[in-house]
Amino acid sequence: MAGLSFDLIALQLFAGLALGAIYVLFAIGLSLIFGMLTVVNFAHGAFYMVGAYVGLYLISIGGNFWLCLLAVPLLIGLFGLAVERVLIRPLYGRGIDYPLLLTFGLSYVMVECVRIAFGKTGYPFDTPELLQGAVNIGVGYFPLYRLFVIGATAVVLLALWLFLEKTSFGLIIRAGARDPQIVRVLGVDVSRVWLIVFGIGTAIAGFAGLLAAPLQGVIPEMGGTILAEAFVVTVVGGMGSIGGAVLAGLLVGVVVSMTSLFAPEMAKVSIFALMAIVLIVRPQGFFGRAGLMS
Amino acid sequence: MTGATESIKQPRATTGSWYEFATRHRASIVAAVILIFPLVMPFTALAVNILIYGLYAVGFNLVFGYLGLLSFGHAALFGTGAYLCGIAIVHFGCPWYAAIAAGIAGGLLMASLIGVLAIRTRGIYFAMVTMALSQCVYYLFYQAVDLTGGENGLRGINVRTIDLFGLRLDFINPMIRYYVIAAFVIAAFFVMSRILASPFGAVIEAVRENEMRARASGYDVTKTRLLTFVLSGGFCGLAGALQALHLSIVPIEILHYETSGLVVMIALLGGMGTFFGPMIGAAVFLILENVVSVWTVHWQLIVGAIFIACVLFFPAGIWGTLIARGRR
Repeated sequence: MAGLSFDLIALQLFAGLALGAIYVLFAIGLSLIFGMLTVVNFAHGAFYMVGAYVGLYLISIGGNFWLCLLAVPLLIGLFGLAVERVLIRPLYGRGIDYPLLLTFGLSYVMVECVRIAFGKTGYPFDTPELLQGAVNIGVGYFPLYRLFVIGATAVVLLALWLFLEKTSFGLIIRAGARDPQIVRVLGVDVSRVWLIVFGIGTAIAGFAGLLAAPLQGVIPEMGGTILAEAFVVTVVGGMGSIGGAVLAGLLVGVVVSMTSLFAPEMAKVSIFALMAIVLIVRPQGFFGRAGLMS
Repeated sequence: MTGATESIKQPRATTGSWYEFATRHRASIVAAVILIFPLVMPFTALAVNILIYGLYAVGFNLVFGYLGLLSFGHAALFGTGAYLCGIAIVHFGCPWYAAIAAGIAGGLLMASLIGVLAIRTRGIYFAMVTMALSQCVYYLFYQAVDLTGGENGLRGINVRTIDLFGLRLDFINPMIRYYVIAAFVIAAFFVMSRILASPFGAVIEAVRENEMRARASGYDVTKTRLLTFVLSGGFCGLAGALQALHLSIVPIEILHYETSGLVVMIALLGGMGTFFGPMIGAAVFLILENVVSVWTVHWQLIVGAIFIACVLFFPAGIWGTLIARGRR
């Protein structure tokens, strides 16, 4: 432990927060869709991956990163709307497993289509010029791009919070998550709300994929890994809870980052140990409603 | 998880004499088909694959079809069986029968570990937790390079002859290899049939149909779930062990979540919660894979499309649909 200073640990903590920010964005979309539609979107990782590839494509035809930050979530969100409308809607009321199985099949199709279009090997993804380099954050130099990831996540969270808490449509979404039947009785077209929620969730997934691309490059399989890790986040945070997804996402990021500092070989396994502990101590997660488990 | 199973009622013997006959002699019918199969099927290696994946799907179906829990972590059970069988041979020089026993034990043990944690959650959580835990198992085996060979897989599982009470069988000969593996698969089918016909088998289905009522009737639902999951691990462990012997290598991909997805696909295609479904699903799936791979490398695209089509239009699967027709 001799070489470990306070500054190093603090820097690693920030790196963990940046990693956690990606988990937060990913898990929030997953949680939003589940809380509202009770659909576990197994294709969420594929939407994330396609988001990164769409960004790669847009930049290759002359777009810039800042434009992508707007265009990618828009395009992925539109694709999500189509998926919900055509594939998932026929399955409502047919049991909770079916949308899960369908989206799992969909993820195969999406991954293979990307392989056909872009090839099986991955690509590097350049950090935008404006965000290259590092800045001094008091405890040492920290990559500017990672700071940007934390900031962008905060902005998305704030926007989502304002949307859910301060708009009338957000009110309908929150009510629909609690009791869709009553909302329907009150004359709200719930299926339209579900459609939009699925679109928002997938748009955020695409955005997360784009943000993650400069950190780790793009590869067709990038969605599968984060999906399993996002399940850890949702189990730890409590499924369907946005606050839980935020807290657990950051926690998982920090845990990964810290174990890779102290015991690198355990970094991948540590978060599953975290999940196991949570399952034993508090099976419904930090903010999970006990009733949602059944 | 009542929602999923309510929509697909598992047909029980009602009308239709062929169906009653098939149900009564189900294990014997499977045995007969397996014994005849290589005579009509020219590719013995493919036939062995069908046997192994069929057994894997039968083990999975116990949890998915009969217990009504969707597990996305069965690769961990299958893979642990394969690795333990391989490790027993490569590192400890065990004879083949001890290695198979090690594989079964590995499946049972891994299922107990995953089961104890995952059974604490219910419904849709179960799929997520089992998938996450199997991903954890993947990383653990990936990093234990000394034992498992890590990324390169476990190589050198060479079983050339099977010694059986003084009888030396040439395991290199594809036909003999088929029948050696078939013997284990048929035995497993008889055990599975016995489990399902036992009072415990009835409890498993009672838990699926109505958890509350099963609990009110005095059955320990949690214990039933755990025990069923562990039993399923035994079948999948055996399938994994046979796979290790068949391939003479255990690739790390065996633990990948796509191996879990594969078995979900096979069970769904054949007909979940039916006795013959998983085997039929394995046969159709693997033969299709062989045919399609001849003219395209993008087999995964077809897999995904079949998966989507099955869920949307064909949820009872091949055998489930046949039963529904036969009863009408």
